[in-house]
Amino acid sequence: MAIDFLKTPRQRLAVYIALAVVLAVLPWALGGLFENGKSWLRAVDFALLYIMLALGLNIVVGYTGLLDLGYIAFYAVGAYTYALLNSPHLQAMLPVWMMHPPFVVMIILAAFMAGLFGVLLGTPTLKLRGDYLAIVTLGFGEIIRICLNNLDHPINITNGPQGLNGISKVHLFGLDFGKPIQWLGLTFDVAHSYYYLILAFCALIIFVTLRLQQSRIGRAWVAIREDEIAANAMGINTRNIKLLAFAMGASFGGVSGALFASFQGFVSPESFVLMESVMVLCMVVLGGMGNIPGVILGAILVSITPELLRDAINPLQSAVFGRRVFDPENLRMLIFGLAMITIMLLRPEGLWPSRRRKLEIHEHEEEATA
Amino acid sequence: MSQTLLQVKDLKVAYGGIHAVKGINLEIKQGELVALIGANGAGKTTTLKTLIGMVKPSDGEIMFNGKSTAKLHAYDYVRHGLVLVPEGRGIFSRLTVEENLQMGAYVRDDKAEVAADLERVYGLFPRLKERYKQLAGTLSGGEQQMVAIGRAMMSRPKLLLLDEPSMGLAPIIVQKIFEIIRMIAAEGVTMLLVEQNAKLALQTANRGYVMESGHVTLADSAANLLANEAIQKAYLGE
Repeated sequence: MAIDFLKTPRQRLAVYIALAVVLAVLPWALGGLFENGKSWLRAVDFALLYIMLALGLNIVVGYTGLLDLGYIAFYAVGAYTYALLNSPHLQAMLPVWMMHPPFVVMIILAAFMAGLFGVLLGTPTLKLRGDYLAIVTLGFGEIIRICLNNLDHPINITNGPQGLNGISKVHLFGLDFGKPIQWLGLTFDVAHSYYYLILAFCALIIFVTLRLQQSRIGRAWVAIREDEIAANAMGINTRNIKLLAFAMGASFGGVSGALFASFQGFVSPESFVLMESVMVLCMVVLGGMGNIPGVILGAILVSITPELLRDAINPLQSAVFGRRVFDPENLRMLIFGLAMITIMLLRPEGLWPSRRRKLEIHEHEEEATA
Repeated sequence: MSQTLLQVKDLKVAYGGIHAVKGINLEIKQGELVALIGANGAGKTTTLKTLIGMVKPSDGEIMFNGKSTAKLHAYDYVRHGLVLVPEGRGIFSRLTVEENLQMGAYVRDDKAEVAADLERVYGLFPRLKERYKQLAGTLSGGEQQMVAIGRAMMSRPKLLLLDEPSMGLAPIIVQKIFEIIRMIAAEGVTMLLVEQNAKLALQTANRGYVMESGHVTLADSAANLLANEAIQKAYLGE
């Protein structure tokens, strides 16, 4: 077991403190170590957003066993909820009190809206499983994206493919996250302040997921994944518990989307294509379905590796061939795809699987040796 | 006379156009162990599924503890103490033995008593205690049946419905399972036992119902049914 050395509370505390210190100084370390530290910090910020998405999808796919291929739609709902209320686009149409709500209200609203769409997707698909559910969710994801793309007429709501511009940054504790903040003699750039903001929400979501996993609801999700009829016979209201999984998972996506919109300052339907849903699913499966540390690891690897390759491929090509032979963008995805196939062949349970999943996948081998 | 726990009046069940149960009456009193025997296709399993709300009756009335069950959802029955151990066991094969047993107590809030009941079930089934960490699907058939019965016991049933507990098991394991059924009955749990092995069922039960193509054709004490010549010919192979 990978975490056997974390048995005593003192050891665990030490690891947590070390982790907290590393996370706290990470932006400064990146700035000091790399000349393009800024773009690395942006990549880390996005990795954190992806961790939230992956943890949300993990509830639906990992715990409850419902294959969702349109998960990015909830990210879109969160992002557009934030963008519409915080950009000049609808200023003329909406009453003043609705525009620029306080940040906390905004986050709760984004989570709620995404959760609502989660229920909207969940209700008609309650009786579907596996491939059939995957197809419906895939369609749902595309419907949301196409709606965002086309709702610029007859009334211009989403501004269509041009997307929404000029989304205001977060204002919290009297601080404007859109400008460099001076504190304790340090300058926090936009990417710095957002790093800490997103990190805080990430920690919150990890905490909520941990609590859920150990709760009665968490056990009900697992029971539904294993056998829905038996779960019903155990006294689990499978309909409500499944809808709750959809809503919880979606709301995590909504929070992540809202943070994305404010960080990026711009949203368009292009950010919410099917490929993004697939990427988030890859994070969950690759890292280790149903295991929180595994899913986090998967999210970091899948979101950071392409960035690493981007930086590594061109120098490598020049060194080997003396010139650029391949388009780095294509090569990057090729290597990335190969890496994923290799991992899935060698470790089908994921890089850091839950104890249960490991048992399941190696069930028959154990039987053979027993 | 002890209290009536389950009263079934003129129950009819139809799947599509096929009438599987054609108006039966059953009565089970507190503390009884009642056997429901009959050939394949007589409607025994359908009756059980209807009692537990998995199948809706087309007519008739089911009263449990003096209340009609017509408006209950499938997931409500456990809370009311009406629990089925299904045919083919219906356990969570990819959860461990202990997780399966704990799922049985899903509707209960009293943590301390659940822990005590877990020990009680392990007392009934020492084999399960030895294998508590194993995935339930990797157990033998008899052990899986033990998990299914143990899991049902974890919900503290008022009426335990057992559907073919002997199915697919070796004779020696069947004996063992029926020993445990007697032990559970001795603890005061009321049971309705549906069984192909009519002889064993009647030897275990207090009373018995005989079903034939959707009707109850005979209802008597288990001893009388065992002694009945027609029954001996049709079901006991003597």
